[in-house]
Amino acid sequence: MRELRIRWTDELETASRRAAERVAERARRAGLVDVGYAEVDSPVGRLLVAATRGGLVRVAYPEEPVDHVLEELAETISPRVLEDRRITDPVRRDLDAYFEGRLRRFRAAVDWALTHPGFSRRVLEETARIPFGSVATYGELARRAGSPRAARAAGNALHDNPVPIVVPCHRVVPSTGGIGQYGGQEWRKAFLLELEGALHG
Amino acid sequence: MDVYRFLVAAVGPQEAEDCFQETFLSALRAYPGLRDGSNLKGWLITIATRKALDHWRARRRRPVPVEEVPEHPAPERADGEPELWRAVAALPPMQRAAVIHRYVLDLTYAQVAEALGTSEEAARANAYEGRRKLRAMQEAGR
Repeated sequence: MRELRIRWTDELETASRRAAERVAERARRAGLVDVGYAEVDSPVGRLLVAATRGGLVRVAYPEEPVDHVLEELAETISPRVLEDRRITDPVRRDLDAYFEGRLRRFRAAVDWALTHPGFSRRVLEETARIPFGSVATYGELARRAGSPRAARAAGNALHDNPVPIVVPCHRVVPSTGGIGQYGGQEWRKAFLLELEGALHG
Repeated sequence: MDVYRFLVAAVGPQEAEDCFQETFLSALRAYPGLRDGSNLKGWLITIATRKALDHWRARRRRPVPVEEVPEHPAPERADGEPELWRAVAALPPMQRAAVIHRYVLDLTYAQVAEALGTSEEAARANAYEGRRKLRAMQEAGR
């Protein structure tokens, strides 16, 4: 039945956008949104950004299908997940300013709901303290998180960082040289370190 | 977006916007009752389907002045032949919904069943029967 099709016109696109915005507005006022998300364009690709009342909870690179990320949020935090540009606005502004070189420290609070409490979380909290423009090694980070011999486990925790860029896991590098691995593809790690002026030679 | 597309096909572009808002607000209100692992998109299509069925029923009950045609308005900007859409609008509600799910949204029969709240066999039967009637109406129209 090929003739049975809806042509997706500009009017429909506009109307559906408008309807989505109105839903977000009404739902927010009724206290029905637990996780708001939006897509943000950036020099390292289109990012999916999600936030709760507690703060930024997820930044996903475009390799992760949006549906998967939303399902993950629904299952682990709350099924009340809605596209909502308002709730993500502070993070979007921070990201824009960061990529334009106007921001060295993200102001958005982080909601750690997607990170295991304990070592993983301590590693990421320590990572958040590494200043713009500098780097730390995996071993150093493991030591700061309280387990000096757990460099490999620290690497795993960084790989599972739910909020890359904002919690700067790209600033963690191997002690043996090079920039090391990155969950969001290594060219991005190089790009971010370059942007911050942390790549020498 | 599948939910919007479904509603445009089901209730027309004029009404889709309101139905869309009602669908999301109902879904958000009902979420606390959802079990972990339930899929969000399926849930939204299910609610949208209920809204469409309500909408069709309400429309049938409402007295329509004689001059006001057509009784089941077809989506104006839908592609394909307008007669085909009028024929879709004349199908019994479950067949109408199943046909839109299956042939406009390309849902699997398992997904159609979820949306209609029926067994997969019933979903399949509704889509087949709807399509058979549409074919018959097309033949008759020629």
